[in-house]
Amino acid sequence: MISMEEVSTLFTDGMTIMAGGFMGVGTPQELVSAMLEANVRDITLIANDTAFTETGVGPLIVNRRVKKVIASHIGTNPETGRQMIAGELEVELVPQGTLAERVRAGGSGLGGVLTPTGVGTVVEEGKEKITVDGREFLLEKPLRAEVALLKAYKADKAGNLIYHRSARNFNPLMALAADTVIVQVEQIVEIGDIDPDEVMTPGILVDKIFVQGGCQS
Amino acid sequence: MISTLINPKQIIAARVAKELSDGDVVNLGIGLPTMVPNFLPEDVNVILQSENGYIGLGPLEGDIDPDLVNAGGQPSSILPGGAFFDSLFSFELIRGGHVDVTVLGGLEVDAKGNLANWMVPGKMVPGMGGAMDLVTGAKKVIVAMEHMAKNGSSKILQQCRLPLTGKGVVDMIVTELAVFRVTEAGFVLEELQEGVSLETVREKTEAAFIVNPALA
Repeated sequence: MISMEEVSTLFTDGMTIMAGGFMGVGTPQELVSAMLEANVRDITLIANDTAFTETGVGPLIVNRRVKKVIASHIGTNPETGRQMIAGELEVELVPQGTLAERVRAGGSGLGGVLTPTGVGTVVEEGKEKITVDGREFLLEKPLRAEVALLKAYKADKAGNLIYHRSARNFNPLMALAADTVIVQVEQIVEIGDIDPDEVMTPGILVDKIFVQGGCQS
Repeated sequence: MISTLINPKQIIAARVAKELSDGDVVNLGIGLPTMVPNFLPEDVNVILQSENGYIGLGPLEGDIDPDLVNAGGQPSSILPGGAFFDSLFSFELIRGGHVDVTVLGGLEVDAKGNLANWMVPGKMVPGMGGAMDLVTGAKKVIVAMEHMAKNGSSKILQQCRLPLTGKGVVDMIVTELAVFRVTEAGFVLEELQEGVSLETVREKTEAAFIVNPALA
């Protein structure tokens, strides 16, 4: 387990960071705040969307900590579009299912995935097209990050995770695809208190647990 | 079923509802498509998929759970029998052909079944979200949209001008004026909405279309 002060020391300028969440739901808001306080800059951010100006990963965009964002949707955070048009922020838009598969590939040792999504659209630009049994697919390459910031509902002290409702989204995928995995949890319980059948992400993938609301031993 | 339809969106949603069968797994886009379930007969129950990670999407009732939102980020509910999953599985369902019908809005549709609905260069670049996967993977793609753009121009074109969401993906278009099917031979006008004449549809549709002989 880790305190807010320790979280802040894990970031460096220019890092690639993945964050779970869908429009802020399932985003570890306190870890995002820790990043803001750490004053880290020029990050490459991988997330489903850039949420809103005040919530989710949105404040990282608003406070100009991001150099490049890889996401499926930026429409709910007007600041992302403004910085993109002004040439201040690089934005790579990726279809949501392709984003999920690229993170999976990064986390599961694959060299990429072949998907039909985006064939015949601007998404295919610059990508290798591969025909399998007469159907065209795009080769989409893996995504990995140095740090993944995840949100779970409950963890045991071995790091086994349970997510809640639609807050699961990209979190389990990202747990596999980063060098250091930090999870913000609402509850921490003893080892054995979570039935192994109920575990959604096994603890071997989790490096640091931050208990929401502050520091606990 | 509501008998008096007072605006174009209701006319469109009510007609789309007739395309859904009991037990279908359905993904509805944001906006007009979310009105479709209001027009389902009582004996037709569909299972709504929400691409942020569950099936069994229901209307918001009672307390708001901040961890439970629909694909538009709005507070929502899950019905008994529903299930949550992660984004990877959600798009495995979508791309893998496990979603029977998707209903989306459109900016332009053309005679080759191409759909444009995700960006207007220089004006609006929100991102495609899950739309490109949905039109690629759903078994049936229905575009539910008003017949004309706000400036009065036809949204049903011989060839799309805006960047595409999907190539050759649309099966059917439902507007407040008519219902078109996309075929190898181009658009086929299948139905006129109540009180609408063939002349009106011809006047307000840029693309060429074949008229189903049953309408003549």
